[in-house]
Amino acid sequence: MFGDENKTLALCSAAVQLAHSESERRLAADLRAWLASALPQLPARPARDDWPARRHFDLTWQRMLFDAGYAGIAWPRAYGGREASPTEQLVFLEELDRADAPDVGVNFVGTLHAGPTILAEGTPAQRERYLPAILRGDEVWCQGFSEPEAGSDLASLRTRAVRDGDEYVINGQKVWSTYAHVADFQELLVRTNPDAPKHKGITWLIVPMATPGITVRPIRTIAGPSEFCEVFYDDVRVPVGNRVGGEDDGWRVAMVTFAFERGTGFVGEIMEGMRLCRQIAHIAQRLPRGKGTAWDDVELRRDLGRAAASIDACWSLTAWIVSEAARGGAAGVGASVLKLRVGEAFQELAEVGMRVLGRSALAFDHFDDVDGVSSARVIAEYLRGFGLTIGGGTSQIQRNIIAERVLGLPKEAPWTSS
Amino acid sequence: MDFQLTALQEELRDTTRKLCAGRFPVAASRAAGGRVDAGSWAELADAGVFDLRRPEESGGLGLGTTDAAVVFDELGRGLVPGPLVWTHLAAGLLPAGTVGGIERPVGAEPVLVEYLGDLDALVVLDAEGVWAVDPHPLAAHPLAPLDPLTPVWTVAELPTGDRVGSADDASRWRLEGAALTAALLAGVAAGACELTVAYARERRQFGRPVGSFQAVKHALADMLVRAEMARVQAYAAAAHVDEPDVADTVRAVAAAKLVAGDAALQNGKAAIQLHGGMGMTWEVDAHLYLKRAWVLDASFGSADAQAEAVALRVLR
Repeated sequence: MFGDENKTLALCSAAVQLAHSESERRLAADLRAWLASALPQLPARPARDDWPARRHFDLTWQRMLFDAGYAGIAWPRAYGGREASPTEQLVFLEELDRADAPDVGVNFVGTLHAGPTILAEGTPAQRERYLPAILRGDEVWCQGFSEPEAGSDLASLRTRAVRDGDEYVINGQKVWSTYAHVADFQELLVRTNPDAPKHKGITWLIVPMATPGITVRPIRTIAGPSEFCEVFYDDVRVPVGNRVGGEDDGWRVAMVTFAFERGTGFVGEIMEGMRLCRQIAHIAQRLPRGKGTAWDDVELRRDLGRAAASIDACWSLTAWIVSEAARGGAAGVGASVLKLRVGEAFQELAEVGMRVLGRSALAFDHFDDVDGVSSARVIAEYLRGFGLTIGGGTSQIQRNIIAERVLGLPKEAPWTSS
Repeated sequence: MDFQLTALQEELRDTTRKLCAGRFPVAASRAAGGRVDAGSWAELADAGVFDLRRPEESGGLGLGTTDAAVVFDELGRGLVPGPLVWTHLAAGLLPAGTVGGIERPVGAEPVLVEYLGDLDALVVLDAEGVWAVDPHPLAAHPLAPLDPLTPVWTVAELPTGDRVGSADDASRWRLEGAALTAALLAGVAAGACELTVAYARERRQFGRPVGSFQAVKHALADMLVRAEMARVQAYAAAAHVDEPDVADTVRAVAAAKLVAGDAALQNGKAAIQLHGGMGMTWEVDAHLYLKRAWVLDASFGSADAQAEAVALRVLR
């Protein structure tokens, strides 16, 4: 019965292919050759909490990518990008990770959020002004979306922008603004119409961080100093020309960006997880426990195996989603499932790491070289990991999305005490 | 890279789904106590389930392991009974028929064989190779099975049998058997999820569908997440079997059996819980997914054994 349909349709290959295509392999080889010569030219990596130094380092790296033609891998050629397919983007991220190249760092918002939004929704003048500077590594962007009273319910944001002639006057407060303390510009969501339904009165603005009235305060997280900040706005004036998209149309503009990453958004996290897996296994083999080592504990080994398998499965789902995007398909079930699972799997893994450390987990600096790995690294990843199931839409919100949009379950009725 | 179903695989999926619904409805399998009759087995054979990966010149379909995984995913989802994986692995090596199999028990381990009473041949894997044992003269008696669709016999003494494959062949059987069993388990996880979502949409309490309550909704979302992860990893494992040079195939298959096994067990459990009192009844199918998950977990390496296998590969 199956044999009768043994033919293929246009667009679809004859077999599932995990291996890279000829052009993907070429890109990988080119990247490898370039990375081998470029990485030794990088300045020394700055200390974790030296933010001016980190800004300088990350911008230097961005400029190197730009000069080599690898900046804006997914951006259109007209704006200096490479127009890589989703699978080529995956190759790019894989090769950079494999070579231990710097990650996107302070260029995150510019290259992956604000830039793509201006690309999709900005005027030609806005594109000319902002996009080349992002790709060249001249300017840093930060995000101003969340507020103390608008987290999961982002659309209820209250930071006000009132029109005054050809300016908007902004008052309010943002939180979880990544890299605000080193940024030149901010993509800011403001309330321009308080009387409209909550999604209909929001506007997307470009705000120069040097504008008078802006105060930035770094946030100390459970993991210590972080890239997150609070930002306060006190009669901050920006030109109306800094608006991207129409007035009150900012919610739609902000949503456009989320479609941009096409499955590659968690590649860094997954590869980080795979590396952490190996490091935890190496630590376990060397940390004394009882008469042997932590590795002799079968329960720990199995739990590490479970976490590793979960992370492998996240990689498979990434390959699935990226291939789906490469075929031009709309983002399917995958994105929310991946977001949910990557965060949980990473946490499960880091927790095994803490159990492997045992009493060594009591201090960040108990050892700093068990096969080149430190106790600080495992503990830091464990603490940082909590953010993965909170930021960018909590796991609870992801479950609502999956249940309502994928499984078609009804929305919950408003709570009553009766 | 193109890790998506091909047009042919979509056909295979749809055709198998129709075959399961039309010829192997769960009600019929329940009535037969999971016994495999020659007629329905021949129908699976005619559909190509067993010859799928054999070369075309030998009468097979010349397809790959990923194609087979798509088919086994659907067979698992449909709770189709019978030694599907063993018969598939034995295709071409042993005469066509119902072929069962086990890993040879070590020391005093019990010898339990699924579907023994309906087998034409029994395959035994051990460290030395693949062995064919004639099931008919075995001193065996039926036990009360955990899964009402998987009858089980206990065998007093298992003879050595005739050697039909090398130690390398046995390793290959284990790898491919685990990959295809992972696909069955992914299907079981998906089937449990679908059954439960349908119930949560229908069942009303406090004047509204129970599926509207977040506590229920989130548990259902988790079922979908587990089923999806199981499916992609099972497909990935099968693709690794077909493309052994891409990465660590053994690790990919162990991860698939583990992720899919855990998904099927957890989804079986959640199916019973989310059906409330009905989930405890014999009539509702929820328990069949859970019980099948345990049966499949116990073949080609349990989740615990696979977890250990993955951990050892992490060090490579």
